[in-house]
Amino acid sequence: MRRTLPVVLGVVTIILVILAWLQSGGVERRTLRSASTPEQAVRLMLSQIQTHNFDAAYNRLANRNDVDKNTFVREFTGSYGSLLTIGALEGFDVAILHATDDQATARARLHYTTGVGPLDDTRDLNVQRNAETWRVVWPIDTRAKLAPQVIPVNYLRWDIINRGASDDWGAQNVDSPQVRIVSMNAIQRPDAVVLVGEVVNEDSVPAYVNVGATLLGSNDEEIAQESSFDKIAHTLLPRQVSPYRIDFPNMRLDKVKNVRMDAKALLIAASADPVIAVDQQKLETDPLGKKILTGQLTNESGQIISIPHVIAAYYDNNGKVIWVSDGYVAQALLPQMPVSFAVDLPPDIAKNVQTYRVIVNHYEQTT
Amino acid sequence: MRAAFTVPIALMTMLAGAAEIHAPAQITAGNPITIQTSGSGDATFYLIGQTEASKRKVQAGADIKVDSLELERAGIYTAILCASDGCTSANFVVNPAAPNRLSFLVHPSRVPVDSPNRISAVAVVQDNFHNIVLKPEPVKFSVLPQDGKEVSATRQSENGVAWVRLSSAKKEGPARLGAAIGHANEVRVVRQVAAEACNLRIKASRTKKDFLIETDPVKDCSGNSVPDGTVVSFTKVDSAGKANVDVPIKRGVAKVELPVQGRAKITVASGVVTGNELEIGGGQ
Repeated sequence: MRRTLPVVLGVVTIILVILAWLQSGGVERRTLRSASTPEQAVRLMLSQIQTHNFDAAYNRLANRNDVDKNTFVREFTGSYGSLLTIGALEGFDVAILHATDDQATARARLHYTTGVGPLDDTRDLNVQRNAETWRVVWPIDTRAKLAPQVIPVNYLRWDIINRGASDDWGAQNVDSPQVRIVSMNAIQRPDAVVLVGEVVNEDSVPAYVNVGATLLGSNDEEIAQESSFDKIAHTLLPRQVSPYRIDFPNMRLDKVKNVRMDAKALLIAASADPVIAVDQQKLETDPLGKKILTGQLTNESGQIISIPHVIAAYYDNNGKVIWVSDGYVAQALLPQMPVSFAVDLPPDIAKNVQTYRVIVNHYEQTT
Repeated sequence: MRAAFTVPIALMTMLAGAAEIHAPAQITAGNPITIQTSGSGDATFYLIGQTEASKRKVQAGADIKVDSLELERAGIYTAILCASDGCTSANFVVNPAAPNRLSFLVHPSRVPVDSPNRISAVAVVQDNFHNIVLKPEPVKFSVLPQDGKEVSATRQSENGVAWVRLSSAKKEGPARLGAAIGHANEVRVVRQVAAEACNLRIKASRTKKDFLIETDPVKDCSGNSVPDGTVVSFTKVDSAGKANVDVPIKRGVAKVELPVQGRAKITVASGVVTGNELEIGGGQ
C-alpha cells in the first residue's frame, strides 16, 4: 500500500504529460520535422509559432535573409498594443492551392483567440523546395516605416465638472446628452432575430451610448432583452451617427408582437481626435467565396490607435439599414499608414445591398 | 420610531393622571419657547420632534425653556413631563418660518436655440431651516440673456412649488435664469446652443497630391455657428471605391483631404442633415 500510491501518482503524471504534449501538437511537430511536403512545411512553421518557438519558425523560412526576425515575430505577437498583443494563435487550417515539383501555394487560415473574441486571418503563402525539404517563403513587408517625427495635434476635447457630492439636490448639474434612434429594422435570420439600425447624438456634447431592446410577446410580456454590446460605436461626438446591431439568438420573429427600444446616453469626457479615414471601400467576394466589404483605414491623427474596430451599415435601395457587420483589425493604426480591413456579410443580404457606410471605433493603449 | 416613544409614554400619562404641562399650540420654526408646568419635585422632560428626541431633568412646576435649535424642523412635536406622580404630555405644531431659501431646478442645462417652451424652471420654496413653505408665496423668476435686457415675472407658489416654462432665444450663448424670494436669489445658467446644421455646403480645391474638401462655415438656420467638435461626414465615390471620413468641425469649418481617382462624387452630411453634392476630378 505504501508503494502503490507513489506509483499511481507517477503513472498519472506521465499520462498527463503525454496528453499535454499531444494536445499542444507534439505529434505533428515530431512528424513534420522533416517537412517533406509543402503542407507539412506550413504546418510545421505554424505549430512552432503556436508554441512561441519563433526562433525555430524563423530558421525554417526559405527567405530569412530578406525577412527581419523581429518583424516576423511581431506579425504574430502584435505591436503598439494591437489586438494580437492580447491574443494567441489557437489553431490553423492549411490547404494547398496549387503545387509543382519545386513551388507551391498554400492557404493558411489562422485562428487567434483575443481579448475581444476569436479572430481569423487568411494568408496565401508561397512554399519552395530546397533539396529534400520544403520551406515557406515569408512575404516581405514592403510597408513604409513610421518615421520619428513630431505631429502637432490641435484637438478639441470635452471635460466635465459634475455637481459635487456636497451640493444640494437643487444645485445646477449638467444634463445627459440627447441621443435618438433614427432607424430600426427587425430581421429574421436562420438562428436569431436581429435588430439593426442607427442612432445619432443630437447634442452638442459627446455621449457614451448604448442601445438596448426588449422583445414583447402577444400579451406584451417580455420575451427577451439584449443590448448592442460591441456592435455600436459607444462614444459619439456631436451629430455623429453610429449603426447598431442587437442579436437575439434562438428567437423567432413571428413570436414577437412589439419591440421596446432604449437608447441610454451618458455624458463623458472625450476627444475629437483621432480622425480615421475609411478609403477604397468595395463589396467583394473573397477567395473562400464569402461576401466581404473591404477597405483601408488611415489614421489621420498623430495618436497611435491600438485596436481599430470597424462597424459597417448596409442599406437597401430605400435607404433602410438591412444589416450591420463588424470586425476588429489585428494591426494597430499608425499615423498616416493605411491598414486593410475586411468584414463579411451574409450572401442573401449582400444581393440587396445598395450602399454602405463604415465607421471606426477605436481603443487606445493607456500608458 | 417616534410613535414607539410617544405611544407608551402617552398611555402612562393617561393612566397616572399626573401634573400638567402647557405648551403653545402653534409656533414658528427656529424660535425658542417656554413650556409651563404644574406640580412639584424632580421630573423628567421629554421632547419628541421631527428628527430628534431629547430628555433632561427638570423641576415640576417650573417653566421649561426649549432652545430654538430644538425647534427647527416643521411638524408636530410632543412634550412630555414625567414626575413622581406620573407623566403628562402636550402636542404642539411647529410651522415653517418665513421663506428665505430656494431649491431651483432648471432643465435642461443645454438647449437648442429657438425651441419653444423647452426650458423648465422649478423653484421649491423653503425657510432658513429647509422646511418647505406650503402656503402660497410669490417667487420672482428672471431671465438675463447674454447681451439682452433682464425679463422677470412673478409666480405664486402652490404647495411650496413655483414654476415657469421658457423658450430658448434665437441667438446662441448662455442665458442666466434666476429665482428670488426673501433673501434667496438662486441663479442657473442654461447654454443655448446652435441647432442642427442648415444649408450645409462643401467646396473642393486641389492640393499637391489630393483634393481638399471643405465646408462653408457651418451654421444653423438662425445663423448661429454650429459648435466646434460637431461631426461632419464626407463621402466620396470614385473608381477606387467608396470612402468616408467623419471629421469634427474646427474653427467653424470641417475639412478633409481625399485622394481622387478619375471622377468622383462627394457628398456631405451632419447628423441627419445632408448637404450639397460635388463632382470633381478629371483635371478639375
